[in-house]
Amino acid sequence: MAALGIATGGRNWFSALALGVTLLKCLLIPTYHSTDFEVHRNWLAITHSLPVSQWYYEATSEWTLDYPPFFAWFEYALSHIAKYFDQEMLNVHNLNYSSSRTLLFQRFSVILTDELFVYAVHECCKCIDGKKAGKELTEKPKFILSVLLLWNFGLLIVDHIHFQYNGFLFGLMLLSIARLFQKRYTEGAFLFAVLLHFKHIYLYVAPAYGIYLLRSYCFTANKPDGSIRWNSFSFVRLISLGLIVFLVSALSLGPFLALNQLPQVLSRLFPFKRGLCHAYWAPNFWALYNALDKVLSVIGLELKLLDPNKIPKASMTSGLVQQFQHTVLPSVTPMATLICTLMAILPSVFCLWFKPQGPRGFLRCLILCALSSFLFGWHVHEKAILLAVLPMSLLSVGKAGDASIFLILTTTGHYSLFPLLFTAPELPIKILLMLLFTIYSISSLKTLFRKEKPLFNWMETFYLLGLGPLEVFCEFVFPFTSWKLKYPFIPLLLTSVYCAVGITYAWFKLYVSVLTDPPVRKTKKQ
Amino acid sequence: MEKWYLMAIVVLLGLTVRWTVSLNSYSGAGKPPMFGDYEAQRHWQEITFNLPVKQWYFNSSDNNLQYWGLDYPPLTAYHSLLCAYVAKFINPDWIALHSSRGYESQAHKLFMRTTVLIADLLIYIPAVVLYCCCLKEISTKKKIAHALCILLYPGLILIDYGHFQYNSVSLGFALWGVLGVSYDWDLLGSLAFCLAINYKQMELYHSLPFFCFLLGKCFKKGLKGKGFVLLIKLACTVVASFILCWLPFFTEREQTQQVLRRLFPVDRGLFEDKVANIWCSFSIFLKIKDILPYHIQIIISFCFTFLSLLPACIKLTLQPSPKGFRFTLVSCALSFFLFSYQVHEKSILLVSLPVCLVLSEIPFMSTWFLLVSTFSMLPLLLKDELLMPSVVTTMAFFIACAISFSIFEKTSEEELQLKSFSISVRKYLPCFTFFPRIIQYLFLISVITMVLLTLTTITLEPPQKLPDLFSVLICFVSCLNFLFFLVYFNIIIMWDSKNGRNQKKIN
Repeated sequence: MAALGIATGGRNWFSALALGVTLLKCLLIPTYHSTDFEVHRNWLAITHSLPVSQWYYEATSEWTLDYPPFFAWFEYALSHIAKYFDQEMLNVHNLNYSSSRTLLFQRFSVILTDELFVYAVHECCKCIDGKKAGKELTEKPKFILSVLLLWNFGLLIVDHIHFQYNGFLFGLMLLSIARLFQKRYTEGAFLFAVLLHFKHIYLYVAPAYGIYLLRSYCFTANKPDGSIRWNSFSFVRLISLGLIVFLVSALSLGPFLALNQLPQVLSRLFPFKRGLCHAYWAPNFWALYNALDKVLSVIGLELKLLDPNKIPKASMTSGLVQQFQHTVLPSVTPMATLICTLMAILPSVFCLWFKPQGPRGFLRCLILCALSSFLFGWHVHEKAILLAVLPMSLLSVGKAGDASIFLILTTTGHYSLFPLLFTAPELPIKILLMLLFTIYSISSLKTLFRKEKPLFNWMETFYLLGLGPLEVFCEFVFPFTSWKLKYPFIPLLLTSVYCAVGITYAWFKLYVSVLTDPPVRKTKKQ
Repeated sequence: MEKWYLMAIVVLLGLTVRWTVSLNSYSGAGKPPMFGDYEAQRHWQEITFNLPVKQWYFNSSDNNLQYWGLDYPPLTAYHSLLCAYVAKFINPDWIALHSSRGYESQAHKLFMRTTVLIADLLIYIPAVVLYCCCLKEISTKKKIAHALCILLYPGLILIDYGHFQYNSVSLGFALWGVLGVSYDWDLLGSLAFCLAINYKQMELYHSLPFFCFLLGKCFKKGLKGKGFVLLIKLACTVVASFILCWLPFFTEREQTQQVLRRLFPVDRGLFEDKVANIWCSFSIFLKIKDILPYHIQIIISFCFTFLSLLPACIKLTLQPSPKGFRFTLVSCALSFFLFSYQVHEKSILLVSLPVCLVLSEIPFMSTWFLLVSTFSMLPLLLKDELLMPSVVTTMAFFIACAISFSIFEKTSEEELQLKSFSISVRKYLPCFTFFPRIIQYLFLISVITMVLLTLTTITLEPPQKLPDLFSVLICFVSCLNFLFFLVYFNIIIMWDSKNGRNQKKIN
């Protein structure tokens, strides 16, 4: 009946959009769910039935608890509602349990916690001043932005089909960004600290937060040319920020420190024993690197430069093994990826420090951090692209250049999520939703920026259109060819390499625009 | 159209909802020995593929008519045959004679659902899009909103993609017919409508308005000149398309008779299961079905149906107009649903289609009607375990209508199209000025009863003595609503052109 109240408003388009997508999420309940469903069920069981001291030691299931403590507490809270649905799902030894009530509970827990995301989007729309365009509702930047965020394809399929709780986590992130835009710095810092203790993948973007808060909050004034005024440093502000971060961390990790379990917790959070790439290569730099290695080894074999007996077997028969053995190029160590990531992040952080451009500059730096970590990180999941896609939506309604980068990044990033859903009944859903989102984002942004130069040049258009034939080949042609048995990894390889090109290109283009944009000249009002 | 991309998004949205609903259960899933409509459609594929045309409609050792015998017109059979060829290509087990009976698997479900989606995509959805694009006198935005609401109508989605049927084919053809006839492509329109009838005999509910509208057009052109030519052309089109569809069955007299007997099963009684029509509701008080012999039941129902649709049809013949045609479609189909013989609960879709077409003209009443029509099928949907998608799609539809037409602000007399009627009433009752108010209250009462009844049906167990209590209540309430709508639509039709004539006089 909430619908009645909202519908009577008539003009309340935001509620309609939010309700509409919530209903769509409800329709997705019976779809396929991945092992992450069992992961979260297991965590419910662990946190519910075991004392805190055993949370990070329990290993009955292979899906051990590997998120920070706040997330464990979140599961603990959920489990107290879950017991009214089905007591059985809270049993640690009940592996792979999924009764229909468990399914309903878990799906609805994602849908309901998404309300935080909806609220965050609402806050973001308030503080983003996009390009002023036509009077019509569908052409307003705020409307476009809320569709881009609320109906985001990636979130829909990762959270509501594949099953994860990214919605409310991204809600926290967007909310903290919105707070920074509203100059409520301490609140923003607090939210981000909390977020870090929910899911530590957000460490990727921590440098942007750190530098921005230091530069724009701890230093209260700039020189007229935008460079730093060293004597304006406010020690009180730095202390207050430090206190916030410290208190949040103490609340989260303190109990485990007291139990003397911190090393165990950290070893669960950062499992460096996994391979360079995930089973399915995330479309990043290493995918290109691996592919190049493969090509070189094939060429080497053809030209008899390599000895077939010396080549590790796994690398030639399949691309699906965790430990990818390089044949020609040097193998990559975790340290190397770390150094590459830092090198990639550094220029953007320098830019944020020396060329402050207000919250928008922060947002660009945040996206660059996320993208750089995605491109060069160790064992990156394809889902991590959302970390760049969602904040990029905020930028996209502001400038035509950003919009064009956003569209390339989003379309390729979203397409690279396709292998997450490999079951036949979900095939139409992912294609339909992808088309829905892509057509909307491209056409609405084109309408918004119709008076400026076209968003794509011929090369970009060609590249994006190429995704269509690629999908047709991978899902409709390839399974019927004789290669399916011999080279089952080809579709995945093609997808990740093709998408890696687009994402690297978007990263590069964004970097160029950040480095070449002139700094904001006027002093900031403080 | 400068906003083609919004239309594409609307279509994609409709398709997404359709496909997500199709992931749910279907009628008779895992319920031997009879299963449900899903098995019926599969069985028809089996029959049409394995038996020669001559035996499709006849009882034989290979074709037990008691077990989902073919009882739809030839086009359905041909469609089944076509699907069977595809099925044969994918997995011959699906349509093997005898041994495939009751076949169920995930892959097969996927196949069946895909056939529905493809049929919908080829016939119904293009018709809806074209219809909305051709609408006159409304903005592009409204056209797109209208398309969104039609494509989100939950009744059709739930029956086709949940319960499992191919209503979108027959309704789609009928819609093509409406399109053709409304825009003066009379021959193509009547051809499309003949296809609709030959796909599903229930389309006869729409036949009278088509007939009267076309006849009215001929009269208007003058029966001695152009009108006569048109009439001959139309007659030829209809006869030719019928002959084409029935060709294999015209070879023997016995064949035709048997098909007709299968299409119109007179001995199956006045109504089936729980239907929200007069006879089923009336049987709460008096079991007519058991008291009176069949032929008297038929005569009674025929008389009632005929009388209730006569005024609207006469009006349409005398003053044919596309608008009047659409409203007459509604009222005729509704009369058939309420009064005619052997009505199924799913037949309400035949009324819903024309109501969808007038959504932008009377948004408030149409939305209300479409909600009631979905509600009236609740017992069926619950039996198929489609509660969740039903609630979700109904809410989505309601929000879509409420937002795109802001229906709650459109309840004035004019917007309810009751202006001329209330003027004539006020001649006798001058103080009668609170029409919109009454209708708003009725809407509220109706919605609250529907919500409460839904909640009780889901949560409470019916008393042991009356196991059908809730479903009968649902039918009764829906029937009351439908009667009200019948009166309302007839009022609109009867007072409509008077208004127009008055305006002309004023002008």
